Amino acid sequence: MLNKNIYLILIISLVFAISFWIGFNVNLLPEEASINAPIYDELFKILFIIGLIIFIGMTIAVIYSLFKFRKRNDQIGDGIALEGNLSLEIVWTIIPSIIVLLIGLYSYNIYDRMGGMKELNHNHEMMSSNTEKIWAGISQTSDNEIAINNLSIEVSAMQFAFLFNYPKGNFISGELHVPVDQKVSMKMESKDVIHAFWVPEFRIKQDIIPGQPTILNFTPTKVGKYPIICAELCGPYHGGMRASIIVEEESDYNEWFNKNKKPEVNL
Amino acid sequence: MTISIDPQKTNNESLQPKGWLRYFSFSLDHKVIGIQYLVCGFLFYLIGGTLASAIRIELASPMSDFMPRDVYNQVLTLHGTIMIFLWIVPVVNGAFGNYLIPFYVGARDMAFPRLNAVAFWLIPPSGLMLVASYFVEGAAQAGWTAYPPLSITTPQSGQIIWILSVLLLGGSSIFGGINFIATIIKLRRPGLKLMQLPMYCWAMLGTSLLVVLSTPVLAGTLILLSFDIIANTGFFNPVLGGNVVVYQHLFWFYSHPAVYIMVLPAFGLVSEILPVHARKPLFGYTTMVFSIMGIVVLGLVVWAHHMFTSGTPPWMRLFFTIATAFIAVPTGIKFFNWVATLWGGKISINSAMLFSCGFIINFVFGGITGVALAQVPFDIHVHDTYFVVAHFHYIVYGGTVFIIFSSIYHWFPKVTGKMLNEKLGILHFIITFIGFNLCFAPQHWLGLNGMPRRVAEYDPQFQFVNQISSLGALLMAISTIPFLINVFLSVRNGKNAGDNPWNALTPEWLTSSPPPVENWEGEAPLVEEPYGYGKEISEQK
Repeated sequence: MLNKNIYLILIISLVFAISFWIGFNVNLLPEEASINAPIYDELFKILFIIGLIIFIGMTIAVIYSLFKFRKRNDQIGDGIALEGNLSLEIVWTIIPSIIVLLIGLYSYNIYDRMGGMKELNHNHEMMSSNTEKIWAGISQTSDNEIAINNLSIEVSAMQFAFLFNYPKGNFISGELHVPVDQKVSMKMESKDVIHAFWVPEFRIKQDIIPGQPTILNFTPTKVGKYPIICAELCGPYHGGMRASIIVEEESDYNEWFNKNKKPEVNL
Repeated sequence: MTISIDPQKTNNESLQPKGWLRYFSFSLDHKVIGIQYLVCGFLFYLIGGTLASAIRIELASPMSDFMPRDVYNQVLTLHGTIMIFLWIVPVVNGAFGNYLIPFYVGARDMAFPRLNAVAFWLIPPSGLMLVASYFVEGAAQAGWTAYPPLSITTPQSGQIIWILSVLLLGGSSIFGGINFIATIIKLRRPGLKLMQLPMYCWAMLGTSLLVVLSTPVLAGTLILLSFDIIANTGFFNPVLGGNVVVYQHLFWFYSHPAVYIMVLPAFGLVSEILPVHARKPLFGYTTMVFSIMGIVVLGLVVWAHHMFTSGTPPWMRLFFTIATAFIAVPTGIKFFNWVATLWGGKISINSAMLFSCGFIINFVFGGITGVALAQVPFDIHVHDTYFVVAHFHYIVYGGTVFIIFSSIYHWFPKVTGKMLNEKLGILHFIITFIGFNLCFAPQHWLGLNGMPRRVAEYDPQFQFVNQISSLGALLMAISTIPFLINVFLSVRNGKNAGDNPWNALTPEWLTSSPPPVENWEGEAPLVEEPYGYGKEISEQK
């Protein structure tokens, strides 16, 4: 009996060790290029490790049972008439409940750190009136000072393109240029069907809905060019609905901005 | 005998064709209707599988080069709709429910045999209509979710036929649900208590409650959508002041429970199969019943987890995260109980057992990604990507379809009186299991790294992984060949099974194989312990 327990403890420790090793050494995610990304990856790693422990454990239990309790040729009759075990069943009700609850609280914390739980910003400078209803994506801000300093961009989506309007410069661009390490605030609206704005390297996504503006805020942290992908089926060319986000040093961004800027009279 | 034979029905039966011809007749026999559901569903599975193969051929290369882009969208819409509404839902509910429930409650037929026949005969015409819509002006191309405004702006005839077809299938599903509830509650043999019913009855009771509560919402929603399309109303049309997100709420109020409508019966079926082949009682009967009912209640309040990127308010996201994650608890209980059922048994390693164990492994994997997807911050990155595609195929294919095959291996001797060939069955399992995991496991990585779902073209960097996935799909297509050969050979020349080849204790095995028209020659047996395996041994000790 003692031997049996030692083997059990050994196997469980091995499952944990393998799961942690895989969790810390196998990277399944693209590069991290926004302040959201490392927070997301932290959550991913935790969920990945817990998931691996459960999956490997259950798989071993099933395969072990099939092997150990398989019917040998000379055997007849039934297995033991075990109809249940209340304490065991209570254990495997309570432990998963606690795990699920902890994961829920932890992901609430992650979501809060991403800015998801903040109140909707009703004084946003881009809003045409204070009564207009805006639905928020993640990372919205209620801090007006930050909101004013934000780089504000208006995104319109249509079959099958994104257009980026820079109100301060009175110009529209097909590419999204943003300076690195600065908060960007986007108000998005669709001209036709539902689209979605997704930058995998930023770990953010928000639907762009016709008749219902949505807000998406993010802060890029790495200079580079990343794809903007439409993630909601929007018609035959949905797979080709792409744009690029170009994250630049502030000086490069300003140069680009001033080159494209138009005088206000053109409005 | 308390259940008398309806003379009118006996008359009717004598007019019915005998032998295999009765499967092509308007029969009222629940067993015939069950097989009709199964065969009809399997034919649509072959069509849906062909469409899936077309998708995987298109995705074997990064460019959109196999079919036109709008046809690709039609193919993915038809694939989803056919697999859900014409294969999985009718088979796990209609086919096995009709065949088994009257046996399990000790009845001679369903509560409403005519309604039962109507429910089945709605399926072939609506399925054919759906497939035929491709040849009119092109089938619907807004995905099986049919989100407006896309569904309003794409060619109308395809979308309208899609709506009509789904409405008819929903009607069939509601008729079936009412019939199952009535049969399980009212048609039980005297002396048979609810807590003595085989687990599949509980699963079907829970499923049917979900069907009856949520399907009418889908029907209402689709009728409003059809008004928007043909009568220019503005329920969901933003140009006329409609709200597109309201559609999503209404749609998912049905379509999330639909997932449980697809998996709960599978949970019931596997609870019948495992004890028989492990020669052990089902572990934790009472907790199994409560976890089914827990899933039913929770399943009705989790729908908005499909809408985390739609712009829902923060409190709503939080609520639906917690509710969804908690479904893992009753579901987890069931899986632990099944493993405990295997533990200490005398397990026969046969096709039915292998498919059931494959189901456990695949479903645990899909369940884990499901708990991850329930977390709002996690979902926001992978929503509408191949990660989600992989997740739900692990649930509905790795889960439910594996159980459909397991059930076919388990009940084939009952239906035909012949055994299926075990060698071909194990070959079928091995190819299916490898093909399935090869096809869908890599798709998790694709989604995490930037491949959205429902696209005909993608970045060249994803080509290699997509080709692995397509290879897996090819294996899955090949795996149906040994299965079909097995079925056709065994129906003709299979080994005679006898009445009860598995020595099972559930009531359907206590009659001849195949069973007589009214299920039992004499009175229906009273089975108080459907899982009483190993009882004699422990009594001897």
